[in-house]
Amino acid sequence: MNGNAAMSEAAVGGRPTNLPLLCWLEECRKESVPLVGGKCSSLGELINAGVRVPPGFALTTEGYRRFMAEAGIDREIKSLLGKLDAADMDALEEASASIRASIEAHPFSTEMEDLVAECYRKLSIRCGIPAVPVAVRSSATAEDLPGASFAGQQDTFLWIRGIDEVLQHMRRCISSLYTGRAIAYRANRGYTDDLMAISVGVQKMSNSYTAGVMFTIHPANGDRSVIVIDSNFGFGESVVSGEVTPDNFVVNKVTLDIIDRTISQKEICYTVDLKTQTSHAMEVPFERQRVQSLIDDEITELAWMGKQIEKHYGRPMDIEWAVDKDLPAGGNIFILQARPETVWSEKQSTPAAKAGASAMDYILSSLLEGKKVK
Amino acid sequence: MKFPNPHDVKAKTIPGTEGWERMYPYQYQFVTDDPERNQYEKDTFWFNDGLHYPEPLYPFDTIWDEAWFLALSQFNNRIFMVPPVRGVDHRMINGYVYISPVPVKDGAEIGSRVPHFMERAGYYYKNWDALEAKWKVKMEATIRELEAVKIPALQDMEDLQVVTDAVGESQGYHLLKNYDDLINLGIKCWQYHFEFLNLGYAAYVFFLDFMQKQFPSMPTQRVTQMISGIDVIMYRPDEELKKLAKKAIELGVDATVCSSQQWTVVEAALKKLPKGQEWLAALEQAREPWFNVSTGTGWFHHDRSWNDQMDVPLSGINTYIGKLKQGVSIERPTEKVRAERDRITAEYRDLIEKDEDRKQFDELLGCAKTVFPYVENHLFYVEHWFHSVFWNKMREVGAIMKQHGMIEDVEDIWLLRRDEIKSALWDVVTAWATGVTPRGTKVWPKEILWRKGVMQKFKEWSPPPAIGTAPEVIQEPFTIVLWGVTNKSLGDWSAVQDVKDPDTITELKGFAGSPGIVEGRARVCKTVAEVGQLQEGEILVAPTTSPSWAPAFAKIKACVTDVGGVMSHAAIVCREYGLPAVVGTGHSTKIIKSGMMLRVDGSSGVITIVR
Repeated sequence: MNGNAAMSEAAVGGRPTNLPLLCWLEECRKESVPLVGGKCSSLGELINAGVRVPPGFALTTEGYRRFMAEAGIDREIKSLLGKLDAADMDALEEASASIRASIEAHPFSTEMEDLVAECYRKLSIRCGIPAVPVAVRSSATAEDLPGASFAGQQDTFLWIRGIDEVLQHMRRCISSLYTGRAIAYRANRGYTDDLMAISVGVQKMSNSYTAGVMFTIHPANGDRSVIVIDSNFGFGESVVSGEVTPDNFVVNKVTLDIIDRTISQKEICYTVDLKTQTSHAMEVPFERQRVQSLIDDEITELAWMGKQIEKHYGRPMDIEWAVDKDLPAGGNIFILQARPETVWSEKQSTPAAKAGASAMDYILSSLLEGKKVK
Repeated sequence: MKFPNPHDVKAKTIPGTEGWERMYPYQYQFVTDDPERNQYEKDTFWFNDGLHYPEPLYPFDTIWDEAWFLALSQFNNRIFMVPPVRGVDHRMINGYVYISPVPVKDGAEIGSRVPHFMERAGYYYKNWDALEAKWKVKMEATIRELEAVKIPALQDMEDLQVVTDAVGESQGYHLLKNYDDLINLGIKCWQYHFEFLNLGYAAYVFFLDFMQKQFPSMPTQRVTQMISGIDVIMYRPDEELKKLAKKAIELGVDATVCSSQQWTVVEAALKKLPKGQEWLAALEQAREPWFNVSTGTGWFHHDRSWNDQMDVPLSGINTYIGKLKQGVSIERPTEKVRAERDRITAEYRDLIEKDEDRKQFDELLGCAKTVFPYVENHLFYVEHWFHSVFWNKMREVGAIMKQHGMIEDVEDIWLLRRDEIKSALWDVVTAWATGVTPRGTKVWPKEILWRKGVMQKFKEWSPPPAIGTAPEVIQEPFTIVLWGVTNKSLGDWSAVQDVKDPDTITELKGFAGSPGIVEGRARVCKTVAEVGQLQEGEILVAPTTSPSWAPAFAKIKACVTDVGGVMSHAAIVCREYGLPAVVGTGHSTKIIKSGMMLRVDGSSGVITIVR
C-alpha cells in the first residue's frame, strides 16, 4: 500500500515519526486501536479473519495530530481550554463552537490532501465506480473517551461522493471530538486534551440489494447451535428499526443447513437518493413483497461468515451485513459491523446435567419429570 | 386441544359392518354398559397407532398387537418397575388400534418404585453387551424351534409306524398341539422383543431430550447422526445383494442374472450354466437367514419376505450389477458418514458451555451408542426373520383348513381370530377322527365373505388421529420416541382432521429425516413390488420402507414416507447415503402422484409440490 508515502516526516510533539498518516482497513489489527480507533481496527480484524468487509481506509490518529499541528489548531485548543471552567456550560459551548468551526474551516495540508485523494482514487478503482460513495465516520481510540456519538450527535456521514466532500466530512468527524459535552466529560475525568486523538474511517457505502442482521445465537432461546438471520430488500435500516417484519432464517451452525425459514410480507425497503445523500423508505412492489429476500446460497455463505466471526472472537456475535448490488455474486456479501451479543451471553443458565451425572441418573430423573404435552 | 369422545366415534358404525366387534378381542372395545370403564375411557387420551398400523388390522394379525400389549406393559410395570408409568392400554375402532400409556398417579407409589427401577434397569444398562449376547442365543433358538414346528396333514389312515412305534398319539392331536406351539412361540418371541427395547428407547429418548435442552433448535436428525455409522445387521441383506452382484460379474453370469425380471426364468437359465450353478450356491447361502427380510414392516400377513418373492431381491441385484458396470461405487459411504458424525459430535460438544453438561453429554452419548445396535437389530430377528417364517407356517395351517372345506382360500385364514382358528381346528380334527363333515364348512366361508366386506369398508374409513382427553405429561419413553407425541404433533393431528380437498395441497410437512434439498420427479411406490418402476434420480414416495427396499436407495434422489420418525428405516438409510428424507408426513402417498415435480427439504421437513 501507500503506507511509506503516508509516513509522517516531521516529529509531532516529539512523537516517533514512522507512523502512517493513512492506512487501508486490511492493514489494521486488534492492536491498531491507538492508531485507527476501535471501529476501524475491528473492521481490519474481521478482514484478517477472512470475512468480507466493504473496502476502505482510515485517517490515523497520527494523521489527525498532523492535521491539528499543521493547521495550528492544537495550540488554539490549548489556549481556549486551558483557562476554561468545565462547570461553566455557556463558556464550554462557546469554546466548543469556536474549536469546531476552526477545524471545519482549516484545509488539510496539500500533502495530506494528496494522500487522501490517492487513497480515495484507489478505492474507487477497487470498487469499479468513479467517485465511489463512501461512509465517513469517526473511530474513537478508547471506549471511555467517547467522541460525539457519546453525546448522541452525528459523527457518521453516509453517501459521501467526490474528494472534496470526503475531505470536508473527515474534518467534520474530527470536530465531533470537541462537542461541549465531550469536552466536559474529559475534563471531569481528568483527561488532558493533548493526549486525545481520533481516527476517521472512509469506507465504501454498501449499495444493498438486501441487508439485515445476523445473530450467532438464537435471540429467542439462547440456542448456541444456530445462526439466525433477518433480512429485507434495500438497506438494513428497515430491519434494524423494526419497520418491517423481515424474512427470518434459522441456520444450523454446525452443518450450515437452513432448518427454518419464514418469508414475510415486506411492504417497505430503504433505498438511496444520491442527490440528497440520504436513504429513504419506499414501497416494495407488490409482486416482490413475498419473495424471499436472500437466496439459499447467500444464506449459507452469510452463516459461514457468522461462524468464522464467532470463532474469531470466541463468543456469540451480533452482526450487520449487506449484499451489495454493485458487485458480482460470489463476492458481494459484506459484513458491516460485528459486536458481541450481550443478552444471552451475560445470562447465568442452570446446567441441564443432573446430580450424579451418570446416564442412569439422568434417565431416571427425566422419567420422573415426563414430557409436557400441553 | 379438543379431541372427539371415543364412544361417539365408535357409535357411528359404518353401515354394513354392524357386529364387527366379534372380529377382535372383547377387551379391545370401548364400552357403554360398564359405567366405571366408560368413564375411564372418556378421561383417557387415546391415539391411533398409525405408525405400526396404517391400515385396519385383520383379525389374525391382531396377534402381534396383543403380544406387545402384554410384553411392553409387563416390562414397564412388573419387571423393571418404571416409576411413573405402568403399561400401555389398547382399544380398537373399526380395525384401527388406539393406545394410551397408563400413568402411576400416586406420588408415594412412584417413589417406592424408584429403588427397584434403579436396581433392575441399572442391571441391564450395566451389563448390556453381555445380556444382549444372551438374547441373541435365546432368539435364534426360538426361531430354530419355530422352523422345526410341523403342521401335519390329516391322513385317512395313520402310518403303520404309529402302531409299531406305539406312538399313542394321532396327527389330529399334533395339529392342535403344534398350532398352539406356533402361537406360543410367537408370543415368546415378542416377550424377548421387549426385554431391552424400552430401556434402549429410554436411553435414546433422554439423550435426545438432553441435547434439545442444550440446543432448543437442534433438529432430531442431528442427534441421531451422532450415533450413525455403527454397523447394524439391518444392512446385511442389502450387503448380500451387493456381494451377489459382484460375484455375478466375477463369474461372468451377470448378463444371465439380468436377463429377466422374473426369478423363475433367471434361475432356470442359470442352472444350465456351470458358473451359474456356482452363483446359485452362493445365493442359497445368502438366503438363510438374510432373505428372511420382509418386504413390508413384517407386522402383517401380507408382508412377504424376499424368500417368498425372489423377484424383489433379483431386481436389487440387477440394479447393483448395472451400477458396477457403469463403474459407479455401490458401497455405502461409511467412512464419510463416520467422519461427518465425528465432526458434528465434536462441534456440538464444543458448543456446550458448562463442564458438567459436557460430562453428562459424554455419558448419555456413550449409553445411546451402547443401546443403538439392539434397537435396530431386534427388528431383523423379530419382525423380519421370525415373522417371515411364522406367516408361512400359518399358511400351512390355512392349507389344512382349506383342504377340509373350512375356508375357500389359504389367505382367508387371516380373517379369523387365532382362537377361532383353534376352535375351527378342533372342529376339523374331531370330524376327521369321527368320519363326519365339520360344522365349520357351512359357517366360516359365509362369515369370511362378510368380514372381507367389512375390512374393505374399514380401509375406506379414516381414523381420527387422537380421541379422548389430552394429558399434561407423558412419561412412557415409547410414546415419545416412537409416536412422537408432543405438543406439536398433537396440534398437527388436530389440524389433519380439518383437511378438506387433497388436490389443493401444495405443501406437506413431516419430520426432517435426513438433511439436504433436492428437486425431482415423484415415484409413488405403495409396495416394494413397485420399486422396479423407479427411474434413476426420482424421488421415492412410499407408505414406509424396510430393509428389503434397500436397493431402491441406490437409484433415488430423496425419499418421502407417510409413516415413521427420525429413527425409521427410510431416515436412517438416507442419512447413510447422504440423501434428503422427509418422513412421517401422514398422507403423502395419497396426495402426491407419480410424475409430480417435488422439492424435498430434508433439513426443515417440508415437501413442496412444484407442479
